[in-house]
Amino acid sequence: MSDKSPILSVNDLSVEFGAARVVDGLSFSVRPGETVAIVGESGSGKSVTSLSVMRLVEHGNGRLASGSILFDAGEGTTDLATAGETRMRRLRGNEIAMIFQEPMTSLNPVFTVGNQICETLILHRNMSRAEARTEAARLLSLVRLSDAERMLDRYPHQLSGGMRQRVMIAMALACQPKVLIADEPTTALDVTIQAQILSILADLQRELGMAVVFITHDMGVVAEIADRVVVMWKGRKVEEGAVAEIFANPQHPYTQTLLSAVPKLGAMTGRMLPRRLTLTVMEGETPTRIGEDRDHDTADMTAKPLLSVEDLTVRFDVGKTMFGRVTHRVHAAEQVSFDIRPGETLALVGESGSGKSTVGRTIQGLQAPTSGRILYDGKSVTEMTGEETQRLRREIQYIFQDPFASLDPRKSVGFSIAEPIRTHGLIKDSAAIKARVEELLVKVGLEPSHATRYPHQFSGGQRQRICIARALSCDPKLIIADEALSALDVSVQAQIIELFMALQEERKLAYLFISHDMAVVERMAHRVAVLYLGQIVEIGSRAQIFETPAHPYTRRLLSAVPVAEPGRRGRLPLLEGEVPSPVRAVGAEPTILKHREIAPGHFVAADA
Amino acid sequence: MAGFLIKRFLQAIFVVLCVTLLVAYAIRLTGDPALMLSQGAGSVTEDDLARIRTGLGLDRPFYVQYLEFLGGLFTLDFGRSFLGGTPVNQLIGRALPATLALALASLVVSIVISIPLGIASATRQGRWPGQVIRVLSLVGLSFPNFWLAIMLVLVFSISLQWLPPSGMEGWQSFLMPALTMGIILTATNVRLVRTAMLETLKQQYVTVARAKGLSERVVLYKHALRNCAIPLITYLGIQFGGLLGGIVVVERVFNWPGLGTLAFQAVADRDYPVLQGVIVVLSMLIVLVNLIVDIAYGLVDPRIRTE
Repeated sequence: MSDKSPILSVNDLSVEFGAARVVDGLSFSVRPGETVAIVGESGSGKSVTSLSVMRLVEHGNGRLASGSILFDAGEGTTDLATAGETRMRRLRGNEIAMIFQEPMTSLNPVFTVGNQICETLILHRNMSRAEARTEAARLLSLVRLSDAERMLDRYPHQLSGGMRQRVMIAMALACQPKVLIADEPTTALDVTIQAQILSILADLQRELGMAVVFITHDMGVVAEIADRVVVMWKGRKVEEGAVAEIFANPQHPYTQTLLSAVPKLGAMTGRMLPRRLTLTVMEGETPTRIGEDRDHDTADMTAKPLLSVEDLTVRFDVGKTMFGRVTHRVHAAEQVSFDIRPGETLALVGESGSGKSTVGRTIQGLQAPTSGRILYDGKSVTEMTGEETQRLRREIQYIFQDPFASLDPRKSVGFSIAEPIRTHGLIKDSAAIKARVEELLVKVGLEPSHATRYPHQFSGGQRQRICIARALSCDPKLIIADEALSALDVSVQAQIIELFMALQEERKLAYLFISHDMAVVERMAHRVAVLYLGQIVEIGSRAQIFETPAHPYTRRLLSAVPVAEPGRRGRLPLLEGEVPSPVRAVGAEPTILKHREIAPGHFVAADA
Repeated sequence: MAGFLIKRFLQAIFVVLCVTLLVAYAIRLTGDPALMLSQGAGSVTEDDLARIRTGLGLDRPFYVQYLEFLGGLFTLDFGRSFLGGTPVNQLIGRALPATLALALASLVVSIVISIPLGIASATRQGRWPGQVIRVLSLVGLSFPNFWLAIMLVLVFSISLQWLPPSGMEGWQSFLMPALTMGIILTATNVRLVRTAMLETLKQQYVTVARAKGLSERVVLYKHALRNCAIPLITYLGIQFGGLLGGIVVVERVFNWPGLGTLAFQAVADRDYPVLQGVIVVLSMLIVLVNLIVDIAYGLVDPRIRTE
């Protein structure tokens, strides 16, 4: 592989947006058949790099300030940095193709899948419409989409995220490109689907001998697919090397912090309790270690449950006849039962459509249950008096995935944090409210003076801290965190995990931690419930679920998680196809799973 | 689909009932047609007037007259004009095509100007589109249509003598009325296209289309424009109502032999059957356009089709 000369080499590339230099003096190269991963956190310039190679960055008002991008497919070298638009158009989609992060928004919603694939074939390979259609069907079966012929006439909204990303791959590979740039192609997908997509990409790369530039922030994915790694930080390349080298012996302090922050699945084997770990954070150019390693023993499993969910069922009506008769329902949750005790973290894990968010929303009262009971402090929430309901609203707080979307952009963060205090009339005196807001900001690791600023003035991690401060403002007993860490970079994520655990220790907070990230769950949960199609298939202590998973779905879920350790690629056979839909015709009730206790506190669904 | 159409048909009947009731009642407040008809006839006695009223059926109670009119609707018989006794059907049959042609021409003018101009200004190809839009908005939004019409007549018919000042003879007669209406529509449409386009161009699938190597023209006119169509179609549907209202005035200025002129004359003459007939036809037209808009949504956007 290394004897071939590079097909793409980027030399001293700088990209500017206005006066801001986003990529600074970047150099890397990739050879045919090789996969180079570019890793870095949001704002490190990795996506801008990919758009620059395609020369699409100019459409977003960016400018290539210096450097060259040499492309050589054996027919002479072209400098893409100075190539004209006509030349670039012949290369794009033909010799160099790109896959993007969001499969949901990458396909044009108003054209059929077939139309969008054929377009490229007709343009670059001069095919007739009929030839293009036949070829498009072949491409779709290549990315393992069944029933390719019919798939051609479907529209993007009729497909799941995983299917769309496969269509996107088929589209990118239509002209058998020499270079494929994949910009976070699996970030928005569930782990089992991610594993499918990665294996499809790897197979096709071998078949076509493509050079792949893979942009990601997920070190697990890097370990699985990359030959070489380029680490970017603040627009610059800080380290480059073979993948094993980077993981085993990271040189730059930033690479070291990045790797230390990655939660590794299986790192906790043999431990009963969640664990607080020391963190390495970058302060300026030097890494500093904070915190200490110790077990996180906050849950008293003998205590009376703070929250009990009994046979919770939530269904939504979809699909109605002309006369308003319901024909189909989403069975979002079916007879879900669990307890949470003070100081305990219960993780609710599952893939998209498993109903995990619905359960959280129903507990918070954002959604009415179809049947079943929710008991708070031993009392059913539906039988509570007005005053008790008010108390409930105070004591159960919710933290959402997207911290920016859940803060009002036109209100100062101080106002947002104080709002629950005012709503519930906890503190009347406005000077005292101000003092309380400042105290909360300090508690979550921000400055008191931040109260007067607005959400857009903060980074993603800081915004999530603000949301946590808001949730803490009325002294909750239970916090429902719905994918609260998913939108954050790993190093920031590690700090927020630390904050969650510190607060739990200090206040005996209970968490219902809704997540799809198994490695994070392994670190911080006391107990774990695995949700599949609205039903709990397995529930037990952290150690039970991660070390002796009993249900096949749990095992599949765990085996699909990419391991941030190059060379460790033994995995179970992949789950083919799609996660089944929770939408059912009226009358076609799902089978309710019966649970069996296989160890104390470890319940597994006896498969129906 | 059948259920959808039945629902819309019932809605249309309701609309026609409401509109006609209102119009039939309101026009009877404007005065006595008998007085109108007997003008210039020298000495008219109270008996003569009463005889005219009986002849026209106006001596009967309002509800009887209204029900009779509704009954006629079922057989598409709108009655006869008070003046000259021509069947209203015939009058409308002559005027409707002229109005439709003018309305359509105005829409075409507006679409042909606003789509390329809106796209050009959204993609910031030079500074001129911004300037043109500013002038268009000024002219289209701040000047009343009759003033614009008169100015056009002054310049193109009286000074330059390029175009006929009134009537409907050949394609030249279309230019000025269609331009008058078209510019007014364009003033808002061009902004709508621009806003929708700016929003669409931010979408990932536009970047994807460019990454395929498609030319900018295909990216804009195929991938982006179709996605802008929903707000545009919605607005065109709403505009159509206003367009028909505005057409009354513009037809008047250019002496266009359409429904507007007919309605205007009917109001002036207190010619109840003609006015009622015109209003029924106009309201049906608006209902029909709304139906077409709803069907067009589905054609443009597959996500709406499946719902």
